[in-house]
Amino acid sequence: MLKKLKVLKSHGSQYIKNLQTQPVSDLFRGRPIISGNISEQEISRVASICPVDAIDKKSGSIDIGRCVFCKECAFMLPEKIRFTNDYRLAANVRETLIIRPGVEIPVRLDETKVRGEIRKLFSGALKLREVSAGGDNSCEMELAASGNVNFDFGRYGIEFVASPRHADGIVITGPITENMEEALKICYDAIPLPKIIILAGTDAISGGIFDGSPALRRKFIEEHNIDLFVPGNPIHPLTYINGVMDLLGIK
Amino acid sequence: MAEMKYYELIKNPGMVALTDIPILDYHDFREQTIAIMKKESCHCVNYFIRQNTDHVDFYIIIANDSSHKVFVYSHRQKAEIKSLESITQECFQLHVFEREIYENTGIVFENHPWLKPVRYPFDRYDKAFKLSDYPFYRIDSEEIHEVGVGPIHAGIIEPGHFRFQCYGEKVLHLEIQLGYQHRGIENLFIKKNSLLQRCVISESVAGDTTIGHGLAFAQLAETLAESEWNEKLECERIIALEMERMAVHIGDIAALCGDVAYQIGQVSCEALRTIVINTMQDWCGNRFGKGLIRPGGTNYTLGNKILSFIAERLEEVHRRFLEVADMIFDDSGILARFENTGTISAKQVYLSGGVGMVARTSGTCRDIRESHPFQAYKEVKYKPVILDQGDVYARALLRKIEFELSFSVINELITRIEHLSDNLSFKPDYEMNFKPDMLCISLVEGWRGEICHVAVTDHEGKIEIYKIKDPSLHNWHVLALAVREQEISDFPVCNKSFNLSYCGNDL
Repeated sequence: MLKKLKVLKSHGSQYIKNLQTQPVSDLFRGRPIISGNISEQEISRVASICPVDAIDKKSGSIDIGRCVFCKECAFMLPEKIRFTNDYRLAANVRETLIIRPGVEIPVRLDETKVRGEIRKLFSGALKLREVSAGGDNSCEMELAASGNVNFDFGRYGIEFVASPRHADGIVITGPITENMEEALKICYDAIPLPKIIILAGTDAISGGIFDGSPALRRKFIEEHNIDLFVPGNPIHPLTYINGVMDLLGIK
Repeated sequence: MAEMKYYELIKNPGMVALTDIPILDYHDFREQTIAIMKKESCHCVNYFIRQNTDHVDFYIIIANDSSHKVFVYSHRQKAEIKSLESITQECFQLHVFEREIYENTGIVFENHPWLKPVRYPFDRYDKAFKLSDYPFYRIDSEEIHEVGVGPIHAGIIEPGHFRFQCYGEKVLHLEIQLGYQHRGIENLFIKKNSLLQRCVISESVAGDTTIGHGLAFAQLAETLAESEWNEKLECERIIALEMERMAVHIGDIAALCGDVAYQIGQVSCEALRTIVINTMQDWCGNRFGKGLIRPGGTNYTLGNKILSFIAERLEEVHRRFLEVADMIFDDSGILARFENTGTISAKQVYLSGGVGMVARTSGTCRDIRESHPFQAYKEVKYKPVILDQGDVYARALLRKIEFELSFSVINELITRIEHLSDNLSFKPDYEMNFKPDMLCISLVEGWRGEICHVAVTDHEGKIEIYKIKDPSLHNWHVLALAVREQEISDFPVCNKSFNLSYCGNDL
């Protein structure tokens, strides 16, 4: 008993009070900002080093749905590109994830494109089924962390469940391997309507570093409407949490 | 058998010119392998093929835990080779390598007791092999029932299929079918040819072992390019590796507590793991350390400020974790569930080629940090701790002990960095040129166990073959053995005590 009290005393209070304003390390690689006066030559230099072709060779924009956040472009051109620690990166429109030079607006959801039934039915409680389809276990661990003692996403009634039949939607991690294609489809079909799809992590959104591998089958993504894109390599729990809160309209 | 013929590597990472690797005829190769592997200190870290236009080369790499050496030798067959007598029947730990070669090329290993697919790769020899027709072992009896679990599991974890043969609550046999996570990683290492791309891939082999696999690749690249790196970088890399180990070990103890409904142990460990990975984020901007390990240098060198910050945070974690561990390992409920559950013997580890914590908790001293020291481990006085009960309790307790060892190694290295005369730091070098016609081997003791990366370069110095062995490759089989004669309800806690990687196996 005494040992437990000692542990509880050291443990103290762990939960993050405000999940929308919690500060993170300055070094955290979040939303990039590209200078408006980046030259054509500079664009071609950073585009050539990018490991995932996330930098557009013409416009110099960075697609954070492809970006693996290695920050090599910013190390190459620190005057022109920097990664802020803004972890609010999730969006419901794929194009929003393309960050253009000279544009410094935060990444947010397009309210008009959120399906009405999502907020009507799920804002009080949302149960999700996670499917790892070639994920490297880092995004999976961060999703699990979103429910842990620190982030405690369960406070809003938002949790992961074991069976797709208990779920209101699916969260997909990984680039979607050929060997998981069928299981993913079966799982999705087992979820009752209406249902949502969330892509967590760069690998799920675009294939990431695995894009172009013959072992992938990304048809599922092309054939379905995606409700939320959560960029990151891996996603930060706060990126995921804020994305889902915005989707549900939780203030 | 007369004289042994092999090339002996002393350094880790090390490389050998392809022309220096002895070529044996298959009979001698087989006899020699069986003779070497009779020694319990020897284990195979890779056995793979290289296809040429008119012949096929089979390279085997064996590490000796006690002589600290690595042996490399080969045999050569005609390109149209259809079958070979299996070595597995005499030396079981080769089973997975022979299965892999069979799956990729169709070469049949005669009298192999378990010639089944490993991961259903996209470029497998016979696409007619379907994931859904895996030939499971079955026991036919009216009293036996089968339990199938997966590929998608109840929790937020990776996919894999487990098939249990049960008699009542008792598990008689478990077979684990993997491959769902196959992303074609080894192929991508060849196809994506910028060094930065390969760094990013290596960090994604298994994201929970970002530092371990990242380091295995970085030191391999540096060796192939014959580039030099300084002591400071070596120390920083091992600090990162040990921080990764601390974080995962605490997280695993949290998960083990969660499985036996010991909530106070679970949440207090979760909170401590968060501190460790957040400290990693304060160092390099990523909680898993992605972007930190790079060939030739690093973008996140340790300055005095961050060094003392790390020391201070880990000191706090250390103090609190010992309190928590003192509580957990003193709890009768925990002991009742952990002790004598999922027990494996040293013999089972030897036969299966088990590595890492799994080996060290069953009386086998197998630790690359001691046997084939790499980076700063060449100077650190590190002695692995060996337990011999082989049960869930031992695997949990070893995590606590290794946490303390990591803590003291980190402190030693922090002090060393503070006193270094050569305090220069280098930026990553992505323009390395690799030496042609080489075979390079890089071994790292990650938190799960031994990680092996092997690269073969062609005449122009391009990577022609890239092979990865995650510690999980052999340990999955040990897990299947551990649950025999156990209640099926103990499977989750056995599984957590191994915490193996699906993507590390499937590649």
